[in-house]
Amino acid sequence: MEYMLLIYSDPNGFDKLSPSQQAEGLAAYGAYHEALKKAGVLKNSNRLRPASAATTVRLQSGKTQVLDGPYAETREQLGGYFMIDVPDLDAALSWAARCPGAAHGSVEVRPVWAM
Amino acid sequence: MIDSPPVSVDAEAAALAAATAARHSYSKLIAFLAARTRDVAGAEDALSEALAVALTEWPRSGVPRAPDAWLLTVARRKLVDGLRRRRLDEAASAHLQWLAELRGDNDDEQAAWPDRRLGLLFACAHPGIAPELHAPLMLQVVLGFDAASIASAFLVSPATMAQRLVRAKTKIRQAGIGFEVPPGDALRERLSAVLDAIYAAYCEGWSDPVGADARRRNLADEAIWLGRLVASLLPDEGESLGLLALMLHTHARRDARRNAAGDYVPLSEQDPARWDAPLVDDAEALLHRANRCAGAPGRFQLEAAVQSAHAMRRRSGVIDWPAIERLYDALCELTASPVAALNRAVALAETQGPAAGLAALDVLAADARLADYQPHWAARAELLARSGRVDAAQQAYAQAIGLERDPAVRRHLQQRLAALPV
Repeated sequence: MEYMLLIYSDPNGFDKLSPSQQAEGLAAYGAYHEALKKAGVLKNSNRLRPASAATTVRLQSGKTQVLDGPYAETREQLGGYFMIDVPDLDAALSWAARCPGAAHGSVEVRPVWAM
Repeated sequence: MIDSPPVSVDAEAAALAAATAARHSYSKLIAFLAARTRDVAGAEDALSEALAVALTEWPRSGVPRAPDAWLLTVARRKLVDGLRRRRLDEAASAHLQWLAELRGDNDDEQAAWPDRRLGLLFACAHPGIAPELHAPLMLQVVLGFDAASIASAFLVSPATMAQRLVRAKTKIRQAGIGFEVPPGDALRERLSAVLDAIYAAYCEGWSDPVGADARRRNLADEAIWLGRLVASLLPDEGESLGLLALMLHTHARRDARRNAAGDYVPLSEQDPARWDAPLVDDAEALLHRANRCAGAPGRFQLEAAVQSAHAMRRRSGVIDWPAIERLYDALCELTASPVAALNRAVALAETQGPAAGLAALDVLAADARLADYQPHWAARAELLARSGRVDAAQQAYAQAIGLERDPAVRRHLQQRLAALPV
């Protein structure tokens, strides 16, 4: 089954780290990425630019609205994702627990609803 | 003039008395009530209702002299109501008869209740129930943990865990799983499932070193409580003593696993002065007792002996690696566990050098059970580094880092990786 591991964290958290901590953090993600690949479960993954770089589109009363950023500013934002293919939810949770995002933020595990 | 104490103090005292009574008698009462009906869920419901009644009545009427007996009486009444509501079949009317004869009102009879807790533990670890559910079931049924805390500890979704626990309890009732302590030879075999489950609970509690999650830190303590219970009820079984010795040895080091900065400290680099000396002494005494029990030493005695060999360092200053290697040899032969084989390879590297350790690890490399096991990659990386194979060590460290859950251990591995010669 495919699961999306959605990483939510404080977008300013990374900037507050020292350069060596930043390097360590990125390397931890790199190692996690490799471990997923080696286990043959990784489908796709990426980081996302912070929500301040987002633009939101919505149709309201028949009129298209385009707005800068997301509507609500929350402390934790979607910062990236890993799409994995594993036998069941237990396996997905065990990979989510290993994700560095589980330590500096939270990891939401969502089953993919195939179209 | 002295103010009369506010009502809330009484209420608090009553709540505390109820909680204390629950803590002391929960497992005993559940085991006693469910042993006959095999309806664990029904017993839990009845007992929790009885506790709710106690919390409203005791502040008014005072805490009864024998809270356990009081709780049993009320719980019994709730059970009878429940059975009546569910319409009677023959089995239910037999239970009703039994419940009617059962008296808990008289404190003198409290001492006469048979302690069925051991039987309850055996029911939880019955071969008819999936092994991975043994520990969660014990935590809920014997210790009253809620499904959500158990789910967190075992890394399962709360809804799934709740569903699995309900199904397991239904199985106990419908399949008629007995609460008897198995006789003779069957005892050893069934006991090992009970001990495995207690150890699984301990390990889940142990993997939260900073104690960030209060419920999990509790889990290690509760597992030790279960271990003490089994060791006291089966004092002549080497393995029940061995498991307790193993848990106490490990528990004695819980604070030494982190330095003042919160960094991970591997066992061989820990300061023995930071180990809990009385706990180490307890563990050693238990192990001596275990070694005098009949029968060949089992898995837990051997593992406790390994921890004992590490603990010797507090006196001798050195780790007895040859003894550890021999113990892992015996463990490999006994259990065929890949983790024991991995630890044997690590010991071999200490007694015969990294090349011998790596050769043993190469044999294990094909074992799929170790492919996602972080300690396997960390051990491999360490031995590759010691052999000067820097490129291979880097890859193995990266794999270990990618598989680790604990940020402090991850940092430690990253520091090892960074310290490799370029």
